Amino acid sequence: MNAMSKSVASRTFDIEAIRADFPILAEKIRGKDLVFLDSGASAQKPVVVMEAMLHAMQHQYANVHRGLHWMSERTTEAYEAARDAAARLMNASDRREIVITHSSTEAFNLVAHSFGRGVLKPGQAVVVSQMEHHANIVPWQMLRDAHGIELRVAPITDAGELDMDGLETLLADGKVGLVSITHMSNVLGTYTPVERIVKLAHAYGAKVMLDGSQAIVHRRVDVQALDVDFYAWTGHKLYGPTGIGILYTKRELQEAMPPFMGGGDMISSVSFEHSSWAEAPHKFEAGTPPILEGIGLRAAIEYVEAIGYDAIAAHESQLTEHALARLSDIEGLTIVGRAQDRGGVISFTMDGAHAHDVATLLDRQGIAVRAGFHCAEPLIRRLGLDSTSRASFGVYTTMGEIDVLADTLERVRGFFG
Amino acid sequence: MFDELRDLYDSVILERGRKPRNGTKLAVFDAEAKGDNPMCGDRVHVFVRHEAGRIAELGFAARGCAVSVAAADLMAEAVSGLSDSEALALGNSFEKMTKTGLGDEQSLATLRPMAGVAAYPSRIKCAMLPWVALAAALAGEGTASSE
Repeated sequence: MNAMSKSVASRTFDIEAIRADFPILAEKIRGKDLVFLDSGASAQKPVVVMEAMLHAMQHQYANVHRGLHWMSERTTEAYEAARDAAARLMNASDRREIVITHSSTEAFNLVAHSFGRGVLKPGQAVVVSQMEHHANIVPWQMLRDAHGIELRVAPITDAGELDMDGLETLLADGKVGLVSITHMSNVLGTYTPVERIVKLAHAYGAKVMLDGSQAIVHRRVDVQALDVDFYAWTGHKLYGPTGIGILYTKRELQEAMPPFMGGGDMISSVSFEHSSWAEAPHKFEAGTPPILEGIGLRAAIEYVEAIGYDAIAAHESQLTEHALARLSDIEGLTIVGRAQDRGGVISFTMDGAHAHDVATLLDRQGIAVRAGFHCAEPLIRRLGLDSTSRASFGVYTTMGEIDVLADTLERVRGFFG
Repeated sequence: MFDELRDLYDSVILERGRKPRNGTKLAVFDAEAKGDNPMCGDRVHVFVRHEAGRIAELGFAARGCAVSVAAADLMAEAVSGLSDSEALALGNSFEKMTKTGLGDEQSLATLRPMAGVAAYPSRIKCAMLPWVALAAALAGEGTASSE
């Protein structure tokens, strides 16, 4: 393994070859083919990710950043290569802008704590939208209650798109210090107009954080082109392991941000009277980091890069179009959200059948979907619903699987009808 | 194609889930509580009216899956005429049945259509939601969850 490799060989998009990279897809569920349509909750892992982690544990593992012996030095290189891979994936200008966290939830809590308490002043405001994951709501509520920051909520339209006029209204008084909004809704599949959001927020003096956990799976993210200030995503939805997240933070903001958690690895010196902080990104990375997860995530990033976002986005677009067409034809089925710019996450309800009952019936046919609030209770309430079923796609999802879903949903309707 | 699901979706559950017979808020009640399973979105609001120390009537308002609504509907009939302690004891027997699929007691007769939930561990909390709400109502607590 060359830990410092900078380029990744590309491959053509061959769905069967891709599926062969994910051994779990060959599993049978009660004798039926697994139709895994829950990648939006967590994606399956390709063999290269497993092998990278296994290889490290078998041949090259020790703690990192304490490099006085061979194993530690090699492991540090392999782990730090994840930072390089993430920087390259997002087109960050400087690898130090990549903070490795244990989840995207931790990334939001880090920004809420460090930027929120260290930079924002009481009386300022944070804006989120009505279609946020709880991870992009609760940390700001905690900041509000602890630090006197106002929390404002930008409205969405009935179609499930961000109401840009509503957002501008919230920005108008100049008190907003940060706008934190999803790049792609984990319920509606809506892509938000992030370029416009960043320009608008910056025009009113606000920084912008984007929740990219869904979007980065499907679309190329260029943090420099976007000029975004913070961009967070999780590894396990991008075919990597659980327990690792990435937080991009613009270099110029890092200096003023105090550490989030205290401990080892984030200090330059410690005495009982005083400790001084390491430079970013290590300032924000207390404790032993997710070493094996970093090694796995680097393999996942390279896997995605080899396929390429053009092919990934084209595949997602084809699946989404097909799914919307097939599901729209089912009587009594309502697709939740009708955004113009949307991707491979589709929520729906069915007359006479609760989302749980739908999910249980689908499960009996080997089809995995999610049902419930999807960690976005305020959005589900905003839409006047109690829960939805959600099908979400990955790079390995096939048109045939969409057909199995649609055919089975026809029968579910008959069962409850 | 869903024949094997008849163990969970007994015809009684399908019918009660669709058209519960006791799914109304009582005009007069002396105990009530809300059951809420926030992870999945099932909600039930249970209303109880006592007479002479016994449950005379139970009504509910529910938004949830067929399993949770049917469980509430059957519960309303099963606890009618019971004392609070008898109702809570029945709830314990019911919980055992949802976990084991077994329950031969005469007291469980009304509730037996729910026994199939035992084969679906992720759905037991749906069947239990109205029962934890009832327990909360009888204990004078306002809210409960079976998650």
